[in-house]
Amino acid sequence: MDRKVVIPGDLLSEEAKRSGEGTFVKDGKVYSLLYGLANCRDRINVIPLAGKYVPAPGDNVIGVVKDITFSNWIIDINSPYDGLLHISEFPKRIDADEMSKYLSLGSSTMIRVKDVDSTMKVELTLNDRKLGLLKTGRIIEINHTRVPRLIGKGGSMISMLKKELNCNIFVGQNGRIWINGGAEDMDLALKTILLIEKEAHTSGLTDRIVDFLKKEKGAGN
Amino acid sequence: MKMIAMDGSNISFFKEGLRLDGRRADEFRPLKIEVGVLARADGSCYVEMGGNKVIAAVYGPREVHPRHLQEATRAIVRYRYNMASFSVEERKRPGPDRRSYELSKVSREALEPVIFTSYYPRSVIDVFVEVLQADAGTRTAGINAASVALADAGIPMKSMISACAAGKVADTIVLDPMKEEDNFGQADMPIAMTPTGQITLLQMDGHLTKDEFQRAMELAIKGCRDIYEIQRKSLIEKYNQLGSELAVVQEAEVL
Repeated sequence: MDRKVVIPGDLLSEEAKRSGEGTFVKDGKVYSLLYGLANCRDRINVIPLAGKYVPAPGDNVIGVVKDITFSNWIIDINSPYDGLLHISEFPKRIDADEMSKYLSLGSSTMIRVKDVDSTMKVELTLNDRKLGLLKTGRIIEINHTRVPRLIGKGGSMISMLKKELNCNIFVGQNGRIWINGGAEDMDLALKTILLIEKEAHTSGLTDRIVDFLKKEKGAGN
Repeated sequence: MKMIAMDGSNISFFKEGLRLDGRRADEFRPLKIEVGVLARADGSCYVEMGGNKVIAAVYGPREVHPRHLQEATRAIVRYRYNMASFSVEERKRPGPDRRSYELSKVSREALEPVIFTSYYPRSVIDVFVEVLQADAGTRTAGINAASVALADAGIPMKSMISACAAGKVADTIVLDPMKEEDNFGQADMPIAMTPTGQITLLQMDGHLTKDEFQRAMELAIKGCRDIYEIQRKSLIEKYNQLGSELAVVQEAEVL
């Protein structure tokens, strides 16, 4: 396996063009920016082990309404930066004085990051059939650095989970996950997702999760 | 150990070429670094450096309060050095004082140059360093702990920072003075630097000649390099422990 634990300032390569995510270039050499795992392929990426979610345009996340102002909802997206959802980004035309009827304080929603500017003003949108208010189910929070592992290569892990767990699952890039299904199915889903978070850095994880689910289901019957 | 002497004259700092605690002049005290000791903090680290015991916690990047401190283009770094009232022999009056303000400022300035603050505009990275037990050299122990805690929090940095002091006692330059040497010695000079040799902190208390300064600098730089290796090992060990808890064989190349 071409993975290696690195700390900030570690020399990764002499070729500047191999610099990927989590690295920086100084004097034509590539160094690690973070404490994490270096993946050395054509490009060298360092995957962090911790850190805060920074919104990027196109990310689907789960947000919680924090405040309502004139024509904007202020939405907590589990990040140092709050998101703004303008009234015009709501799928339906609504009046400013009726905003809390549709999205009230404390309600959760699947939402997309529309744009982030250089001062980190985060604009959100609900204009997609895939997005919408979350009224049932549960939301759990994991570290956002573990999200790629929960989704798996080409969605292998998440599609397996959806099938095996009998649950509807939405994974937000910010580490918030919505699960919806029968109460027992959700209990198992919660357990499984927390296990994936804990073991995110190990190899052959999908296979082990399949085994874990088989065992759990066997015990239940 | 109690030492009753107003001037350093009747104390011998060396016995058969060794220091009071048995070290050679160019040795630092045993250093123990533990990563991720606090569950609530984003990153944390506990350091024991001889008789010093310090704990560092990093929060952030997070929203800035009060708002007026916010910077539009970069993250601000706040560093709070604090001594527990029980950390010294005579009870220390709790709360910030002149000394801790100064140490907070110089420690912050020792770490800030390596942090990529531009990655997180309008936010703050809070570093808290609590001294639980003091035995000379708490600022360097605090900086060592804070640097590891920042890495543990996933903060992007150019490199780590290591800190170490050199001093002069009985006309000899020594590395990492302990309390007796600091109190009755002739000079104390803490430094902090990156592993590539860029100095981010340099202070001096007492008198050194130009040659002595050179010698002290050499010693302290060597100390910092050794401390860097221990910092690095502690971080890599933390990752490997994650793996061993799960009894999974991990092929992580250590060093």
